[in-house]
Amino acid sequence: MVAQDAHAHAGPQGFIRKYVFSLDHKVIGLQYYFLALVAVFVGMFLSLLMRIHMIWPTAMLPLVGEIKPETYLQLLTMHGTIMVFFVLTTAPQSGFGNYFLPIQIGAPDMAFPVLNMLSFWTTFVAFVVMLAAFFVTGGAPLHGWTGYAPLSALTNSGPGEQLGADLWITSIAIFCIASLMGALNFITTILDLRAKGMTMMRMPLTCWAWFITAILGLLAFGVLLSAGILLLLDRNLGTSFYVPLVVVNGQVMGHKGGSPLLWQHLFWFFGHPEVYIAILPGMGVASQLLSTFARKPIFGYKAMVYALMSIGVLGFVVWGHHMFMSGMSPYSAFAFSIMTMAIGVPSAIKTFNWLGTLYKAKIRFQTPMLYAIGFVSLFVSGGLSGPFLAQPVLDIPLHDTAFVVGHFHLIMGVAAIFGMFAGTYYWFPKMFGRMMNESLGRIHFVITLIGTYSIFMPMHYLGMAGQPRRYSQFTELAYLQHLMPLNRFITYAAIVTIAAQFIFVINLFWSMFKGPKASDNPWEATTLEWTTATPPPHDNFGGHTPVVYHGPYEYSVPGAAKDYVMQTDPAGVTAH
Amino acid sequence: MATFSSTIRVPQAGQDGGGTPPPVRGGGGDGDRGDGYPDYGQRLRRVRVGLAIGLTSVTMIFVSLTSAYIVRRGLPTFDDHTRTYIQDWIPVQLPLTLLLINTALLAFSSLTAELARRQITRQAALAPVRSIPGVSLGHESGFPWLSVTVVLGLGFLSGQWVAWRELADRGFYLATSASSSFVYLLTAVHGVHLIGGVLVLLYAAVVSLLHKPIEGRRIVVDVTAWYWHFMFVLWLWIFALMWFVR
Repeated sequence: MVAQDAHAHAGPQGFIRKYVFSLDHKVIGLQYYFLALVAVFVGMFLSLLMRIHMIWPTAMLPLVGEIKPETYLQLLTMHGTIMVFFVLTTAPQSGFGNYFLPIQIGAPDMAFPVLNMLSFWTTFVAFVVMLAAFFVTGGAPLHGWTGYAPLSALTNSGPGEQLGADLWITSIAIFCIASLMGALNFITTILDLRAKGMTMMRMPLTCWAWFITAILGLLAFGVLLSAGILLLLDRNLGTSFYVPLVVVNGQVMGHKGGSPLLWQHLFWFFGHPEVYIAILPGMGVASQLLSTFARKPIFGYKAMVYALMSIGVLGFVVWGHHMFMSGMSPYSAFAFSIMTMAIGVPSAIKTFNWLGTLYKAKIRFQTPMLYAIGFVSLFVSGGLSGPFLAQPVLDIPLHDTAFVVGHFHLIMGVAAIFGMFAGTYYWFPKMFGRMMNESLGRIHFVITLIGTYSIFMPMHYLGMAGQPRRYSQFTELAYLQHLMPLNRFITYAAIVTIAAQFIFVINLFWSMFKGPKASDNPWEATTLEWTTATPPPHDNFGGHTPVVYHGPYEYSVPGAAKDYVMQTDPAGVTAH
Repeated sequence: MATFSSTIRVPQAGQDGGGTPPPVRGGGGDGDRGDGYPDYGQRLRRVRVGLAIGLTSVTMIFVSLTSAYIVRRGLPTFDDHTRTYIQDWIPVQLPLTLLLINTALLAFSSLTAELARRQITRQAALAPVRSIPGVSLGHESGFPWLSVTVVLGLGFLSGQWVAWRELADRGFYLATSASSSFVYLLTAVHGVHLIGGVLVLLYAAVVSLLHKPIEGRRIVVDVTAWYWHFMFVLWLWIFALMWFVR
């Protein structure tokens, strides 16, 4: 499994071995990143179609024509699935993690480079299979990204539930296998490949976040995989795991005795940790950047690590809070509710420490830092509605409304995306050897921050006013007429925000070729990726293995020559 | 400095010892000695760590299937004829003798896998001595434990196939009842994992014909033997679940 040439000092020269089936973790990281970039634009386009349909229900739209209710549900399903799996799980963990985890711990590559390549190409196949669902008879499935049975478990429950749904489940199963391989690689790398002196408690918080995320993935994706296998058997081989005795369109189906709730339990046992798989890497990046650009050590490093751990542990015992609506016993609901609100404690510790890091600091407001602060802002705004939804008595009226849509988009969607933007602007000089344009970055930040708040904040009010989610049309409902101006505002904000993302793409590709040359350490940061050449050589450190003497956030150390001490600096601090 | 940063800097320095030399323990190596010659000891450890982590996810797959089994077994279902809730779980009549024979086959294969693992560990340890010209260590017994393991493994898989045929003869098909669905599913998922182990062992056998360094083959055999033991324990778990929680 360990390739010989991955450790050789000169990489392979052929195009295929160098850029396509590469074993180099840096190339694989970029492959994941660009896969996620394509996926995010597909997902964003689908959401744009949905928003336009909401306020102009009869409009003919590009590629899909007139949107029927089932078309709307297909867009909704594919938007959610593509965004959760191929963007939020792919870019922050597999993309940045692959590129920077080995460098930050001083390793020449991941533990199993061949497995690493396989997990990327498996993810790629999963993405192709997922997109293929659009182009088969009946189109994409309409059971939502959560795939609730029996809708998802019957082949005649709606358009897209024939071959489209089979492709959807197959894609998810392939994705599970890819993620398991990736998680295995990440954990082994961290446990076994740290450079001399890089103790666990000297790892940057990004590495800790990737580590905990990999553990969550390792434990969660296996459960989704077996849930998916049961679903495929129910759909195609007539078993009754999820389907009770049910009549569809006047036809009695052959199933009996299954329980749709079994799917919900298995799915959410994966689904809730998945939320943290999406957000934890963003927390790591935010911690890294806040410390670097505030020129201060991260406030409470150990507390940050333990908070990450407890979020990870608690994330596995709260899946029931997605199921308060399912007729769950009030005692179970109470237990899940308490556990869910307990997550507020480590989350608050993290937020407090981020603010403590910023307190009285001479902050350098460069674009990566703006996004890191934006991440904290969105994490707080999205997180504060969590305790509302954690209480069954409040969740039951709010659950199927736009309130929940606003909540999870702020905390899991946009906050994680801000983590990715922060990571992109921060690590771009190391990845491509050039700086991104600062002015375009700031313009992009301002529009995106205001835009995303304008989209998702009003959804909380819409939800409290009773606007249901997953409905394709509101224009015909009298009691929602007074909410139409707000809906229109959200759609306009969405159009502007989506348009602004092209500023980012232009900046990304323009800077890749035309940006000013970057130095090896443009942000004056301390971690190992900034000690090596830009872009890093094939074996990351050009033939030598780094030795680590310090923790990752030694900024403004009294007595030090500069206001930062590299982790590899043997002299370092003269006075304590 | 009266800034906040300097006041919180102090515990930070104490916590990870600013400027102290790297500890002797803690932190791994990079898997080779820097001279291009791979360090097999470290590589073996790394692959073993990888295996343990991989088996964790296999465990999660079976934990979730087990919990689904138990939940599904206890579910009442609405009966259209009697208009009441009934239990639709039909205990599967397992071919017990056959499954016990299969279990014995797998237990023996686990034993031979262990013997193969110890054999190649010994060979790898003695390889540097043996390569010295003029040194002879006498004849090492070359019993093909690896091949025996593969044959026993294939025997187990064939036995499982016969058990499936037996179940079908008794009227238990995949979709007959949730109980039979689970029996087929659990044995199939376990069988797929075992086939993976057989393929890796065959790969190790092929590699032995290519005169590659024995250390590389030793790593493959070592982790596959551990994987094989795990598959045996997993089978005991599945068998116990199917038999005692009918």
